[in-house]
Amino acid sequence: MSEPVKKAEVGSVTGLYSEHVEWSTNLGEATIHAKRMPGRFRTLKYITESFWLIFFFGAYLRWNGKQAILLDVNNRQFHIFNLTILPQDIWMVSLLLLLLAMALFAITSVASRVFCGFFCFQTAWVDLFTWIEEKIEGNPNKRHKLDAAPWNGEKIRKKVLKHVIWLAISVFTGISFTIWFVDAFQYWRDLLSFNLSMLEWVTLISFTLGTYFLAGFLREQTCLWLCPYARIQAVMADSQTILPAYDVSRGEPRGKLRHAGKVVEQQGDCIDCFQCVQVCPTGVDIRDGQQLGCITCGLCLDACDSVMDKIGRPRGLIRYASLDELEGRPVKKLYQHPRTWVYVTILLLALAGIIYGLNHLGALTLRVAPERQPLFVRMSDGSIQNKYTFKVLNKTDHNLHVNVKADGGIKDQVLVGTEKPKLVMHGKATSFTIFVKAPEENILKEVTKVVFRVENTEDPTMAAEYTTMFNAPKR
Amino acid sequence: MSDNQNSAGGVPTTGHVWDDDLGDLTNQPPRWWMLGLTASAVWVVVYWLMYPSIPFATSGDYFKGIGLPATGQWSAIKELAEDQAVLDGVRKPYEDKLKGMTPAAILADSELSEYVTRSGKVLFSDNCGGCHGQNGVGSEQKGAKFAVREQGLMAPVLLDDDWLFGGKIDDVHTSITGGRQGMMSAHKDVLSAAEIDTLANAVAAGSPTSTPLFAEKGCTACHGADGKGIAAMGSANLTDKIWRFDGSLEGIKQTITYGVNSGDANARVAVMPNFSAAGKLSEVDMKKLAVYVYKFGGGQAEAVAAPVVEAAAVSAVADAASAPEAK
Repeated sequence: MSEPVKKAEVGSVTGLYSEHVEWSTNLGEATIHAKRMPGRFRTLKYITESFWLIFFFGAYLRWNGKQAILLDVNNRQFHIFNLTILPQDIWMVSLLLLLLAMALFAITSVASRVFCGFFCFQTAWVDLFTWIEEKIEGNPNKRHKLDAAPWNGEKIRKKVLKHVIWLAISVFTGISFTIWFVDAFQYWRDLLSFNLSMLEWVTLISFTLGTYFLAGFLREQTCLWLCPYARIQAVMADSQTILPAYDVSRGEPRGKLRHAGKVVEQQGDCIDCFQCVQVCPTGVDIRDGQQLGCITCGLCLDACDSVMDKIGRPRGLIRYASLDELEGRPVKKLYQHPRTWVYVTILLLALAGIIYGLNHLGALTLRVAPERQPLFVRMSDGSIQNKYTFKVLNKTDHNLHVNVKADGGIKDQVLVGTEKPKLVMHGKATSFTIFVKAPEENILKEVTKVVFRVENTEDPTMAAEYTTMFNAPKR
Repeated sequence: MSDNQNSAGGVPTTGHVWDDDLGDLTNQPPRWWMLGLTASAVWVVVYWLMYPSIPFATSGDYFKGIGLPATGQWSAIKELAEDQAVLDGVRKPYEDKLKGMTPAAILADSELSEYVTRSGKVLFSDNCGGCHGQNGVGSEQKGAKFAVREQGLMAPVLLDDDWLFGGKIDDVHTSITGGRQGMMSAHKDVLSAAEIDTLANAVAAGSPTSTPLFAEKGCTACHGADGKGIAAMGSANLTDKIWRFDGSLEGIKQTITYGVNSGDANARVAVMPNFSAAGKLSEVDMKKLAVYVYKFGGGQAEAVAAPVVEAAAVSAVADAASAPEAK
């Protein structure tokens, strides 16, 4: 995109500077006031952004008298409707993260940064903040003038009003985030009586300030310089990926509209009206091609289409198109895109893992730790005794009694400490000690496999097993 | 930050030129970076004033810092004390309950006995592990490694079901509070070498009563008519598979010849200190240790032996287990 370097400077190191000058970098010196234009993608963006209403109001949903979705980190329990997920099942969260990452990758490989343009909280909050800005300060022209104007009563009134509303939204964002982790209604009571815990205050204040600065001031700078996903996602796109693109062959050579809406001969369809740049929330020029700053929100498509309608040219000078399509190469079908299938396959495997996990949560979980010092004890009758620490996790909502049984191990072994059923408290791991004593002459190996089983006394089908070892002296 | 964007010709440099055209730019670092650097420098001064920082080499003292408004001067030992207070706070409800309870009552309370099992490890390792070994596995004394005569175990294994002085909870507690001392006189002047040999062989085989010498020479006075020991005297059960001292034939001979705590220079040593007299442990500590040791797995219940032997599991060598009182 730079001018050809002067011949005299070719090969000279200082010649590199001239390229640098041509490459303008948006470092946030000038605030971008993007124009709002109605259109297909504008409407779509409003719809997708409204998914964030769930973030604001979803936590108030009650289920069986309790918060429907409560990520109770304090008590190390996740409640999702009827489901309770304890730390032992947290491996599913890693699969969930994998699933979300792969969904992001798959969608990005098909249609580029859909997340950035339509769903990202940064995009959504900036959109909301600038919408408020427009309501108070007027259209982009008026906003530029107001920014440049000297301070007077009118400017102060408008600016204060804007920042107060921004801060109010930021505070509400902080509150809405926190109530997913604590009881929503109790949190409001605590908040209104200034009774929050230190952690809750820190969360609220950091989210408030974070929202205020990121959406109010940093804006597109976040996407350009802070966000790792912007960089990662760009890697997912290839020449088959459809993304908002400028049809160079149709648009160039661009030139201003000369007279009475007529386009000069040999001039492309682009009339260089800069509407696509004006509406861009990150201030990029899509006509320079796909670039880091483009969050693929499609607003420039709306802008260009409206101009094409006005000058009587077909729509789609800027449109969702793949690089292959624009450069006239044969366009492959979606199923010919192996990259997408790899992502989808991993996604489905992760999903299968989660479904398996949710169906095998079980009501009881057993872990048995054999004593390691010493591995075994010789008793007075010559038999060998092993000590095992049982940890039984009861995931039901009531206390249970369990019987302990053993399978395998040594012939004629005796389980000491299993005479009476064991009480296991609900919602946590109960631990107890069991001894296994076996006659030495029956022990054939130094290490013998033994399977322990705990069963609910009332319902033996509710059980959990654990395989461990019986240790004995060297044979 | 717009300072960074210089035109090709107008970049300010230091004036030094290398390799014909390499210059050294004098661009200012970004403002945010300079602010951060300055703030860090200021913070260093604040930090030095707030926390202990400057040692005075001559007096051996140091500048203790002006401290934080809320907590005052900081010191590592103070932080440790605060952390300990938090831990003590968690333990206090349990410790308060333990004070008024007997060891047997603690054992009967599943929550408290679990608390003791979980929290007693340090207490045991510090006070008991030296002789009884980590986790009560016993500590072997062999050769001249510890400059002590070879005698097998320095102190009994606490994990098994063999108890010289009784394995009920109160017996264990008494052993800790009052200490124990094994006693067996030296027989080198009483018995001939041949008699010692005969007796040692019978004991090694696990059937001391197989030789008439056992009764004739008065062994039964302490070890009982059946050779299974008498808990009140702390005499060993000679019929089981557990050896207090070296269980080899030579070892048994030495025990018979020189005795235990007999005053002979070659005698076995078996002394458990009196922890009440030592004054090192509190009443609660000793109760906790009794429960902790009992829960190792060898403790004996009041009415029946703790290990309930299921019908199918009675093995040929279970004769000792059927007489738990004699351990």
